Amino acid sequence: MDQIILQFINGLDKGSAYALIALGLTLIFGTLGVVNFAHGTLFMLGAFCAVVMQRILSLSAITIDPTQKDFLGRPLEVKTPYVELWFGPEIGQTLIEWSVPLALLLAIPFMALVGWVMERGVIKHFYKRPHADQILVTFGLAIVIQEIMKEIFGANPIPVPAPRAFAGSLDFGVLLGFAPNEIVYPYWRFVYFLFSSVILMAVFAFLRYTTFGMVVRAGMADRETVGILGINIDKRFSIMFAIAAIVAGVAGVMYAPINSPNYHMGMDFLVISFVVVVVGGMGSLAGAVLAGFLLGILESFASMNVVKDLLPGIDQIIIYLTAIVVLLLRPRGLLGKRGVMED
Amino acid sequence: MLGLNRKDTIFFLIVIALTLLTPFLMQPFGESSPLAQFNGGYPDLMAKVAIFGIFAIGFNILFGLTGYLSFGHAAFLGVGSYAAVWMFKLLTLNVFPAVILAVIMSGLLALVIGWISLRRSGIYFSILTLAMAEMAYRLAYSVLTPITNGETGLQVRPTDPRILDGPGAADYPNLFGLELSRSWKLEIGDHLFTFNVGYYFCAAFAILAFYISLRIFRSPFGLMLRAVKANQQRMNYTGLNPKPYTLAAFVISGMYAGLAGGLMAAMDPLAGAERMQWTVGGEVVIMTILGGAGTLMGPVLGAGTIKYLENIFSKINENVLHQWFSFLPDGLENVVVWIVSRFTGEGWALALGLVFMLVVAFLPGGLVEGGRRIAGLWRRWRRGDGGDGGESGDEAAHRPPSTPHVAE
Repeated sequence: MDQIILQFINGLDKGSAYALIALGLTLIFGTLGVVNFAHGTLFMLGAFCAVVMQRILSLSAITIDPTQKDFLGRPLEVKTPYVELWFGPEIGQTLIEWSVPLALLLAIPFMALVGWVMERGVIKHFYKRPHADQILVTFGLAIVIQEIMKEIFGANPIPVPAPRAFAGSLDFGVLLGFAPNEIVYPYWRFVYFLFSSVILMAVFAFLRYTTFGMVVRAGMADRETVGILGINIDKRFSIMFAIAAIVAGVAGVMYAPINSPNYHMGMDFLVISFVVVVVGGMGSLAGAVLAGFLLGILESFASMNVVKDLLPGIDQIIIYLTAIVVLLLRPRGLLGKRGVMED
Repeated sequence: MLGLNRKDTIFFLIVIALTLLTPFLMQPFGESSPLAQFNGGYPDLMAKVAIFGIFAIGFNILFGLTGYLSFGHAAFLGVGSYAAVWMFKLLTLNVFPAVILAVIMSGLLALVIGWISLRRSGIYFSILTLAMAEMAYRLAYSVLTPITNGETGLQVRPTDPRILDGPGAADYPNLFGLELSRSWKLEIGDHLFTFNVGYYFCAAFAILAFYISLRIFRSPFGLMLRAVKANQQRMNYTGLNPKPYTLAAFVISGMYAGLAGGLMAAMDPLAGAERMQWTVGGEVVIMTILGGAGTLMGPVLGAGTIKYLENIFSKINENVLHQWFSFLPDGLENVVVWIVSRFTGEGWALALGLVFMLVVAFLPGGLVEGGRRIAGLWRRWRRGDGGDGGESGDEAAHRPPSTPHVAE
């Protein structure tokens, strides 16, 4: 029982990352009708926002301390981050430590800009082209962005620590009445799950309760009629692209402490997110979220030793296997609407 | 000849000639000339071009004709390699059994994967093939380790049984005793040409592959495949079931990929799971589209261009660039070198990605279409009415609008 609960909550954080990326993919597909193979790279760019924020905050002034000597006998160079100089050592240290959540402030405008440039610069020209062309051009775009990041940050993963307040693990089992140290769950993953739940709810609330969201939903259902009513739907859809980019970006920022950012993490997540979208049903927002959590949890269950002994190798392929079964049995996905890209 | 009409025969003969003369064609510069680094006439690269040419020709039979975009062809390449190396280990280091088994095994796998994936079309087909290839890749790394030797990769060892090889047999892949790695060198003046057994072995298969693809393109079967791309629904209405045709195309292209994998193993008797990663399948997509999907020469051109440029670009480092741009004033030189070096050496993939995007956006027919357009311009210019806009507009009106090269 404790094993099952452990795997269940283990699957939640990965599942929420899948859900966030898949939600963005579905938003883009549902509004603009574009299959965006570059969406994973937006997640990756978000993760690198955390790296950049950490580096900005740790920018240091170098002062020479004549009283101390380094091992070569020269006066020691002391590095003091500027934030410590400006705000005092205590606040400065805290700021550096909290660089991951602070990176959200950087990521939101940056991702909006990236999303806007991507949509206006490239994707806009492919609305009328076949889906395969869209796949190909965004695939090329993904390669380009990935290589640029590799050029700037190198090929190795860059570890980004979470704030020290969330460094430990939560003994989750004790809360449910199990023995201590049976179900342990790192605080940060818990934070990540809460964070993504908030984001998911915010996106849904935005679409549901604002006029803007209402127009977008109307446009998703019947683009032409909304256009005839005199609403500039294209402009709103472009804004939705930027919002989808922000969602992927913040998902990436907060994921940085869990998985050290590297240049190919976007592609790794992209393949799975596409599978998630297809399983959930192309164009269905709720389906994307449901399938994201479902596949995340399934993946973590499949990595249990009991399951692995029964079906060797299942932990490696469970996601793809599920996708194949779902696609063959129910081509429009779990919650897909009838007629939306059913074939 | 060989069931081809006059025009195709000439075309085919030209292709044969080009393939056989590649050691000359890819070695245009003398050894001491400063452009010698642009020479691509070494056996390893030439064989790679031939092998990836086969891979892309096969992929084109599926994608170019039927419009089904598969991202999973890397799986067949990998299976071909594994099958070939197992043949080397168990039977003999002679390459023929290895290549034959590679084709058969990948054909069987393609039959299974195709039978499942072809139940869907469009983007679902792409995702299904992607998922299948990713599964094959992950299984090769984990559970199938006894067969694939996991991360180390499958290798030929002296302790292997090799039941058909006698005690004194060669211990390198060979063609009835003739080692594939053997080369003859020919020096003419400053030029050095290398003739490699392995390259000609691959080239022979490439010619065969090209011939089969030519026949398919001209056959009623090829016409059916084009019909699948043009309008599947109408095909259904006329009482034809498109599934057997697409499945046949899928299996054929899978066998081509397996052949390429087997040849890869023959050139270098080693097989690793990284050949099955979906990015390898993405590479063949890029090659086919860069060259021109749906055309006969396109995939080969694309494969050749990419493999050649990959080799040349990754060799260009900053020192070489400084030499090239040394005629510029110092400050400008540094700027130019900095910019160009982002796209060469390590940054080669960046250049490839950019070029690929541009091709998809502006030249959907790839290099072949580019060549045609230039030829058209040239012809019009020769006729002396190059500046006459009315003529070209008129011509465009007479020509049917070109169909998109990808079906939905």
